[in-house]
Amino acid sequence: MSNYDSSAIQEFKGGVWVFCEQRQGVMMSTSYELISEGRRLANELGTKLYGLLLGSNIEGIAKDLGGYGADGVYVCDHPLLETYTTDGYTKVICDVIRTYKPEVMLIGATNIGRDLGPRCAARLHTGLCADCTHLDIDMGIYKDFLHTASTLPDARIEATDHAMVMGEKHDVSRDLKMTRPAFGGHLMASIICPRFRPAMATVRPGVMKKAPFDQAKADACEIIKPEFSLTADDMQTEVVEVVKAAKKLVDLIGADVVVSVGRGISKDVEGGIKLAEELAEVLGGVVGGSRATIDAGWLSADHQVGQTGKTVHPKIYVALGISGAIQHKAGMQDSECIIAVNKNDTAPIFEIADYGICGDLFKVTPLLIEAIKAAKAAK
Amino acid sequence: MKIIVCVKQVPDTSGKVAVNPDGTLNRASMATITNPDDLNAVEAALTLKEQTGAEVIVVSMGPPPAEGMLRELLARGCDRAVLVSGREFGGSDTYATSQILAAAINQIGVEKEDVVFCGRQAIDGDTAQVGPQIAEKLGLPQVSYAAEIVKDGDTLTIKRMLEDGYMTIKVKTPCLITCIKELNTPRYMSVGGVFEAYSKPYTVLDYNALKDDPLIDKTTIGLSGSPTNILTSFTPPLKGAGMMLEGADRATCEKLAGIMAAKHMI
Repeated sequence: MSNYDSSAIQEFKGGVWVFCEQRQGVMMSTSYELISEGRRLANELGTKLYGLLLGSNIEGIAKDLGGYGADGVYVCDHPLLETYTTDGYTKVICDVIRTYKPEVMLIGATNIGRDLGPRCAARLHTGLCADCTHLDIDMGIYKDFLHTASTLPDARIEATDHAMVMGEKHDVSRDLKMTRPAFGGHLMASIICPRFRPAMATVRPGVMKKAPFDQAKADACEIIKPEFSLTADDMQTEVVEVVKAAKKLVDLIGADVVVSVGRGISKDVEGGIKLAEELAEVLGGVVGGSRATIDAGWLSADHQVGQTGKTVHPKIYVALGISGAIQHKAGMQDSECIIAVNKNDTAPIFEIADYGICGDLFKVTPLLIEAIKAAKAAK
Repeated sequence: MKIIVCVKQVPDTSGKVAVNPDGTLNRASMATITNPDDLNAVEAALTLKEQTGAEVIVVSMGPPPAEGMLRELLARGCDRAVLVSGREFGGSDTYATSQILAAAINQIGVEKEDVVFCGRQAIDGDTAQVGPQIAEKLGLPQVSYAAEIVKDGDTLTIKRMLEDGYMTIKVKTPCLITCIKELNTPRYMSVGGVFEAYSKPYTVLDYNALKDDPLIDKTTIGLSGSPTNILTSFTPPLKGAGMMLEGADRATCEKLAGIMAAKHMI
C-alpha cells in the first residue's frame, strides 16, 4: 500500500495551529490557554500562530484570539458546524490542514477534543499525543524543564538532543516535545512525532497559563476564510439535543483555593462535605474530591481532582481525609501550598504537603475554620 | 447481529507501582487486570445481547498471557474471543494499534447490524485514542463518552457526556461506541460461565493471519509503523516534604492559621 514519504514534512510550513473550541458560540477558556502556549512554540520555531475556529456565525469571537497571541484565525463558518459532530469537524479540519499544512496542531483535551483529535490524526496519518501537560520546541528550555521536573541524571538529559528513529540518529531540535503523565501519573514521558506533520497534541485544560489580553493585537488579528466543502451527506450522526448541566458546575481550574475531601469522610459523608464547604468559604475557594468520593457518588464528577479528573494548581490546596494516591497527586501536586489533614501519619499525602496535621478531620477542620476566622479578624 | 468489544489487559496502576532505575515501568512486578472502562464496554455488549440475541465477540491485542483475561470475559457471558498477538505488532503506538485492531475486526467482519464497543480509555496510557482511530480506519461513525445507550431497530440513541452537560446523539449501525463507567455496573462471572469459558471458541490472529488486509504492512504496524516515538520517560521528583505540625488540637490549628496569615494566604 502507500509508501509514506517522510521528507514530505518539509512542506509543512503553515505555522503552529490551535483548534479553538467553542460551545454555543462561547469560546472555551482552554482555547485562550492554548493560543498563549502556542505563541511561545511559534516563536521558538520562528513561524506564525493561527487559531482554527469552526462553528456557525462565530466570526465575532475570532479576533479575541489575537489578543492572546494569534497572528490570524482560520474561520470555518457553516450551519452544519454549529454544534460539534465528529464527522463534520473532522472533514473540515482535515481539508484545511491538507491545504495550509501546519507544522504543529494543538487541541484542548476536552471531551470534544479527545473525540476529534484521534479521528483527525488517523485520517491525516500523523502522530497525536494525548492529554499533554508540557510542550517544548527549544532544547535549552526543554532541558531546563527536565532538570526541575525529572530525576534523570544530567547525562540522560543531555542525550535528549537525539532519538533513534527508524534505526537512525534523529535530531529532535525542531520536533515538538510533548510531555504527559502515563501509568496513572507514576511515569512521565516525552513523545515526539519525527516523521509526520502536523505533530498533534491534545493538551490538558487548566495546565497552560493564559497570557494577558492585548486589545491592539486583537484588532490586528487577521481573519482568513478557507474554502471547504461540507454537506449533510458527510454526517453520519445526528445531534438531537445539547443539554447544559442544570446545576452550576464547580470551577476547580479557575479557583485560587481548593478544599478537597477523600475517603476519610466516609463515616459522615454529608458532615464531611459540609465542613469542606465551610472551610472553602472562609478561604474563598471551592470544594473538590478524590476519585473515591466521585466513584462512591458523594460528589459529582465535576469535583474530581486527579489524573482522570482535573489538574489544579491553586494557591492553597487543602486535602481532608485524602491518602494521596499517585492518581490524586498527579492532579494537585503543583499547588503553591498544600495543607493535609489525615488520621494516618504514613499517608503519602504528607510526602508532598507543605503543612500536615495528623488527626481526625471531623475534629481538626472545625478548629481550623475557627482559627482562620480569628486570624483574619485580627488582621 | 454481532457485537465486537475491544479490551485491553493493563497493569493495575491503583496498587503499588514499581519503576525500574531506567525510568521504565516494572511490569513484571505488577498485577494485571482488565482495563476498567473496557468492563463497562463488555457489560454494554452483554446487555444488548440480552435484548437482541446478538453474538458478543471480545477482541484484544496483547501477549499470549492475555488469554486468561479473555477466558474470564467468556465466563462473564461473551460468546467468543480473539487474541491479536505477534512480535510484529510490538511497539505500536495508538495509530498502529488501531490499524491492527481494525484489520482484526475486518477479519471478523462488520455487517450492517453490528456494533463495536470500546472502553473510553485504558488506565496505563490514558490516551482515549484507540477507539476513535479504529472507527476512522473502519470508516464507521463513532460516539465517545457514552453514558446511556438505547437501541431501536438500526438506530442507537446515545447520551454522550460533556464536561458541562451532555449531548443526545442518534447513530445508525454499524457504528463504534466508547463507554464510560457511568454507563453501567459490570456483572461478575457466573459459575456456569466459568464452567463454559474453556469450551467457547478462542482464536489467535497473528501477523500472517492479518497480513493480507490492506490496513496492514510494515509501514503501518509495530514500532516502525508508529508515527510517534518516545524521546524519554522519567519519574517526577518528590516534592520536598513540608512541616508536620505537632498535635491536632486548637493550638495546632491556631499555629497553622498564624502561618497562613504571616504568608498572606488569608
